[in-house]
Amino acid sequence: MSTTEILFYFLSALAVFSAIMVLVSKSPVHSVLWLIVVFFTISGHYVLLNAQFLAIVNLIVYAGAIMVLFLFVIMLMNLNTQTEPQKHIWMKLAGVISGGCFLMVLISLVRQAGDMQGKTALMKTGNIGLIGNLGKALFQDYVVPFEITSVLFLSAMVGAVVIGKK
Amino acid sequence: MSKLVFLVPLFPLIGFLANGLGRRFLSKPAVSIIGCGAILASFVVSLVLFFDVKANGGGTSTLFNFISVDNFSIPFAFQVDQLSSLFLLIITGIGFLIHLYSSAYMHEEEPQHFGRYFAYLNLFVFSMLLLVMGANYVIMFIGWEGVGLCSYLLIGFWFKNTNYNYAAKKAFVMNRIGDLGFLLAVFWLIFRLGTVSYGDVFANVSKLSTADITAVTTLLFIGAMGKSAQIPLYTWLPDAMAGPTPVSALIHAATMVTAGIYMIARSNILYTLAPATQTLVAVTGLATAVFAATIALKQNDIKKVLAYSTVSQLGYMFLGLGAGAYTGAVFHVMTHAFFKALLFLGAGSVIHAMHHEQDIRKMGGLKKYLPITHITFLLACLAIAGIPPFSGFFSKDEILVAAYAKNPLFYYIGVAGALMTAFYMFRLYTLTFLGNFRGTHEQEHHLHESPWQMTFPLIVLAVLSVLGGFVGIPELFAANAHSLEHFLEPVFAGSNAVAEHHHPEASQEWLMLAGSTAAIVIVIVLAVRLYKNYQPKEETSAGLSKALENKWYVDELYDALIVNPLNALAGFLKNVVEKSGIDGIVNGAGRLVGYGSRQLRLLQSGQVGNYILVMVLAIVVFILIWFNDATITRFFSKIF
Amino acid sequence: MPIQYYIYLCLVLFSIGIIGVLTRRNAIIVFMCVELMLNAVNLLLVAFSKMHHAAALTLNPAATTGIEGQLFVFFIMVVAAAEVSVGLAIIVMLYRNTHSVDINFLNRLKN
Repeated sequence: MSTTEILFYFLSALAVFSAIMVLVSKSPVHSVLWLIVVFFTISGHYVLLNAQFLAIVNLIVYAGAIMVLFLFVIMLMNLNTQTEPQKHIWMKLAGVISGGCFLMVLISLVRQAGDMQGKTALMKTGNIGLIGNLGKALFQDYVVPFEITSVLFLSAMVGAVVIGKK
Repeated sequence: MSKLVFLVPLFPLIGFLANGLGRRFLSKPAVSIIGCGAILASFVVSLVLFFDVKANGGGTSTLFNFISVDNFSIPFAFQVDQLSSLFLLIITGIGFLIHLYSSAYMHEEEPQHFGRYFAYLNLFVFSMLLLVMGANYVIMFIGWEGVGLCSYLLIGFWFKNTNYNYAAKKAFVMNRIGDLGFLLAVFWLIFRLGTVSYGDVFANVSKLSTADITAVTTLLFIGAMGKSAQIPLYTWLPDAMAGPTPVSALIHAATMVTAGIYMIARSNILYTLAPATQTLVAVTGLATAVFAATIALKQNDIKKVLAYSTVSQLGYMFLGLGAGAYTGAVFHVMTHAFFKALLFLGAGSVIHAMHHEQDIRKMGGLKKYLPITHITFLLACLAIAGIPPFSGFFSKDEILVAAYAKNPLFYYIGVAGALMTAFYMFRLYTLTFLGNFRGTHEQEHHLHESPWQMTFPLIVLAVLSVLGGFVGIPELFAANAHSLEHFLEPVFAGSNAVAEHHHPEASQEWLMLAGSTAAIVIVIVLAVRLYKNYQPKEETSAGLSKALENKWYVDELYDALIVNPLNALAGFLKNVVEKSGIDGIVNGAGRLVGYGSRQLRLLQSGQVGNYILVMVLAIVVFILIWFNDATITRFFSKIF
Repeated sequence: MPIQYYIYLCLVLFSIGIIGVLTRRNAIIVFMCVELMLNAVNLLLVAFSKMHHAAALTLNPAATTGIEGQLFVFFIMVVAAAEVSVGLAIIVMLYRNTHSVDINFLNRLKN
């Protein structure tokens, strides 16, 4: 078993475990922290897939900016209490069962799919994930969408301010 | 000739449209002129046709194709032959007289009702003409229904009186029962022969089995029972006296009720080939004749007596038809039309003079106030009683002789009925015209003879009643003197060829004639003596006479046997089946939807979580369906 | 690595996100689960991009096939950042009005 594989399994197991911990944690702050762990493991996967740019952006945007925003909101509301209202046990069971059904159906689908047989994802090698190549593609072929995202950001910012001021 | 045929029904139709549409604008004289003129024009054309037929024989003329389906077609055709031309004369001739009479009798009506009356009357004549002129059973049926409708409208002419409306409805429903039989017979003919034209049917009659003919003739006879008021469907006719008296004279005595006789005479070949039906017709006719005569003995309403008398006389006509004496039946239709129309019009004149008093117990002694009415009424009574040489004698005698040939028992019962006829007619005559006046002084003060529009028809009809019999002098009196029989011979040729005619011995026939005439005279004298000095007294009749006064309780019997069970069934259907069954289903469907909606509404909780849950489940289901569509298709194809 | 492994991993993460959305009432947790689902999709997109890249490399060593997948992920992150800013603003407003972040209070859809 190569190092890559060991890392893959380790990161996968950690990601799933952390995701479950996000769910089961009573405290929202703990959930946020476990979610940050998930994001880190996903960044690790990006690195394994040799997508360094996305790995870094993921860390900066998600684990850095977004989760900090979450933490700020939680602390602002002082939600770190154990008194979160719980859903009815049957609703919880129904949610778990339907989510499980969804998972089972999709997995069985993937197992049947002929397209996927023998396909592999290129690990470690391949340079499309490098910042230079991505930058070229972004600023040559996708420059207009890129600029439009700035407008999107602006409008989101204005929206957040307007909503927050009420 | 054929060019003129369509004019006969056209004039009354124009009169109907003009009077019906213009009843609010036309003055009463204008309405009378249009109404009477239309019928008079028809009568003139009918006369022309009659002489044409007499000279050249009959024929059919097709106006257009009425119904055409595949190779089956019903032409809208008129057939004018000896039989129908005779009826045309009766209908338009007596129709004209009665229209004329009506213009005076109905003068108290408001102009628009006056117009409505004449419109109905013209429509009736139009329908009746269609009935007798049609060259096939379907056209006859159109007329058949048309006269039924007009009868309904005219019985209920004074529609503000609820009882009159009930009488109209009763007549209509009773007729409908008979019409169903007629209609079934027509369908049967179409099914077996593929044609309804008289010529084709009678030419192909050999293709029908005896069972077929018996069924068709019986069904047709059921139709005739309804229209011509025979047992068991006769009860509507006495009630139909609710209509104006001229209507009773025209529709319920002279023309419409003889439609059944016309129809059987027209189909005489079929009946001759179905001896079972003939016997049925004869027995029904005889039973009706005697039964109605017994009821007439104790009736006190002048029109009711005449109504039962009509039923009774119609019974004689059917007896004649059943005995194979088609000519005799048609002869009696003719003479009966004369004297019964005269009786009704005379009764109308009396009622008119008495200010709508119809109870004969309150009349009497009218002889000196209404001389013309009295004389004509007396002549009509003599005619109907069968005193020679008045018209009724010849026609009734012909029927009774034929009945004797069929079965002597029929003859004796028929003579008994004739004696009763003489009795009740002269009871009526005596109570009305002889003795002392029994009404109020005010009525007596107002007694007056009717205007010329009313007396003229009376005189004409009286002349016809007296002389009408001479077209059918029996062989017994003079050889080949029966001109009517010779005239109608082509129509009944087929039947005469099939059926053997055996006349009784001449000496026996003389004996029968003399005996019955003598008996009738005795009965008349008895009736006059019995009622001459009649004084109304508080009498409670019992036993037989009470049953007779109550018309043998037939209406009550029908109520108990048919009406009440039907009402009970209708009530059951309405209260139980409708309320709990049909309403239950309908309301249940509504309640189910309402309940289901209330339950479904709970699903829309507004909880985002529930929505997402449903969404996820739906995605799962959709994926399953999408990737298993082959399996699902196979599953459903197995089920269906 | 066989692509199925990545698919399974992403499906598991995505399903955990769904279960989280379905079972929790805290709006912030629900929102974090949505982020988790977005990340699962991102990871799968990158894996597919590398899969296509691997297939293209055997034909042409200089191929850049699959780069669109990674650009897509980039744009998703951009949109996610905007979404989170607006979403958290809404949650703050909700908390200000109801003093709770319970999504069961968000049942105005009923009317």
